[in-house]
Amino acid sequence: MHEREPATADATAVPKQSPGAAFASALGKKLARLPLHLIIIGICILWLIPTLALFISSFREPADISTSGWWNAIKDFDFTFSNYDTVLSQRNMGRSFVNSLIITVPSTVLSILIAAFAAYAFAWMRFPGRNLLFLLVVALLVVPLQMTLIPILNLYTELRVDKELPLIGGALFGTGSFVGMWLAHTGYGLPFAVFLLRNFFGSLPKDLFESAYLDGASDLLVFFRIVLPLSGPAIAALAIFQFLWVWNDLLVALIYLGDPDLAPMTLTITSLVTSFGTQYQLLTAAAFVSMALPLAIFFALQRYFVQGLLAGAVKG
Amino acid sequence: MIGRRWWTPWLWLAPALAILGIFLIYPVVDTVRRSLYDKTSSSFVGLDNFQYIIENPQPLTSDTHGVLLNNLLWIIVFTGVTVTLGLVFAVLANRVRYEAIAKAIIFIPMAISFVAAAVIWRFMYEFSSDTGTVNAILTSVGGDPTPWLQDTGAPQTWLTQVGPDDLPAPFQINNIALILVGIWMWSGFAMVIMSAGLKGIPTEILEAARVDGANEWQIFRRIMIPMLSTTIVVVATTLVINALKLFDLVFVLTGGRFETDVIATLFFTQAFVFRDFGVGAALAVVLLLAVIPVMAIGIRRFQVQEETR
Repeated sequence: MHEREPATADATAVPKQSPGAAFASALGKKLARLPLHLIIIGICILWLIPTLALFISSFREPADISTSGWWNAIKDFDFTFSNYDTVLSQRNMGRSFVNSLIITVPSTVLSILIAAFAAYAFAWMRFPGRNLLFLLVVALLVVPLQMTLIPILNLYTELRVDKELPLIGGALFGTGSFVGMWLAHTGYGLPFAVFLLRNFFGSLPKDLFESAYLDGASDLLVFFRIVLPLSGPAIAALAIFQFLWVWNDLLVALIYLGDPDLAPMTLTITSLVTSFGTQYQLLTAAAFVSMALPLAIFFALQRYFVQGLLAGAVKG
Repeated sequence: MIGRRWWTPWLWLAPALAILGIFLIYPVVDTVRRSLYDKTSSSFVGLDNFQYIIENPQPLTSDTHGVLLNNLLWIIVFTGVTVTLGLVFAVLANRVRYEAIAKAIIFIPMAISFVAAAVIWRFMYEFSSDTGTVNAILTSVGGDPTPWLQDTGAPQTWLTQVGPDDLPAPFQINNIALILVGIWMWSGFAMVIMSAGLKGIPTEILEAARVDGANEWQIFRRIMIPMLSTTIVVVATTLVINALKLFDLVFVLTGGRFETDVIATLFFTQAFVFRDFGVGAALAVVLLLAVIPVMAIGIRRFQVQEETR
């Protein structure tokens, strides 16, 4: 699928080329694509340098980090694992990793499912006030998260149910509960999710829906059999973003959770850093520990982009 | 669907509307109420807080006009550059075999929390040319090191000698340095969404255009951009909104000092540091009002889409 040469009639019209000429034309084609490769690789290097600088620094001795640049480490080849040792040996680190998963996975699934239902209604159902309501949902995109902290914290404190949540731990509801985190993150993620999915759903071919409805298919059937399978790339993209936003969140966990036993990675790392003072070498290692899973997820989900591409080949 | 009951759509919308109502609409209503009350939300003061913002009698931690201009600079520069880079990179990467790796590299900053990003960029922008990457590069080509996050000067001194003597307020070196971090973080977002849209363009259309002798620029300009227009609007709208409610990046890198404050950071300082809920809430309301034009553009697109399908 990477053959971009137009299927011209030249192949048959032009007499057979000598091997030398064929080589020259192949070389010419490669050379013509050289600027393309240079631009892509150049941008990639530019984008990689800041992270690479931190990555290399995370393997350097504390004294070196504060006195010389990271590029010296490549020259001298002087590395240590001690920063990672310190970070990973912290007692709460394993539990925090699990907590991050407990918070992130349900928040991601819940927000996408609820958003997909709403997006389907906005895209393919007619009802009074549809555009106005959709406008309102999009408008909520702009609500800054910090603005909701005080009202929701008050609400959670009042509605807290102290009974323990079975299996997972934490309170059943309100402050210090995972349920509260799931609902809050779902709420914060919904406007963008509805916005994105409604656009994707809306751009699906209309004939597909009309013929399905004419054949007597119910909304649920159309939703699960036509809309969701055709929206693979959009849902994959959305899942990645929602996962990352929740995984990297610090503010929401800091305000609503409180209990250090329930703290996700970001919270534990931040308190680790404050308890050690501003020791950059630990923060650099900690940053990479917290980045490992999101990056793995992204690489894993990239396959789904391709699969979604194939599914998208069914055109109306 | 024929014979759909009137309440069916509402059933599909109910979970979303319930959650949005509690977690976003209720806090907004609460904030609007507080914007009409005094510092402690105890007595009604009408529009005094808004008058304070407009007249700016004694600047808060930052001058409110400068704050609004900073957000405007973010909206224009950050959105413009990020959308362009994301689109160009999605199209370019689509043409090479190592697309997955190239895209993953651009995407990496998206996977980094703001806490980590702050450390990364303090390293990059460090003043010492021994440890700061940007200044090390600058001094190696004969320039002078700059305190990137503190310098409120206009960038024309080193960009060009022929530019105007004085650029308007928000064009500060440190604002530009912050925006570069924003572009670095969000280009991956723009690229992934654009790329998903790009994959949705049927290959037959592109092949047909090539057979008809269209060159790659024409295909980009006449086929890809029109077919991606909805996606581009989605990305641009999201980025404009991000620029409006921008908080974390400024908060962790400069804390709003050196005239880099934006609406959300000033709101945070007013509400959480100075406990002045009145002016803080009023600032948040200004932020909410600022998005209406953006949405108006968005909604017009949807109406066009409705008519054409």
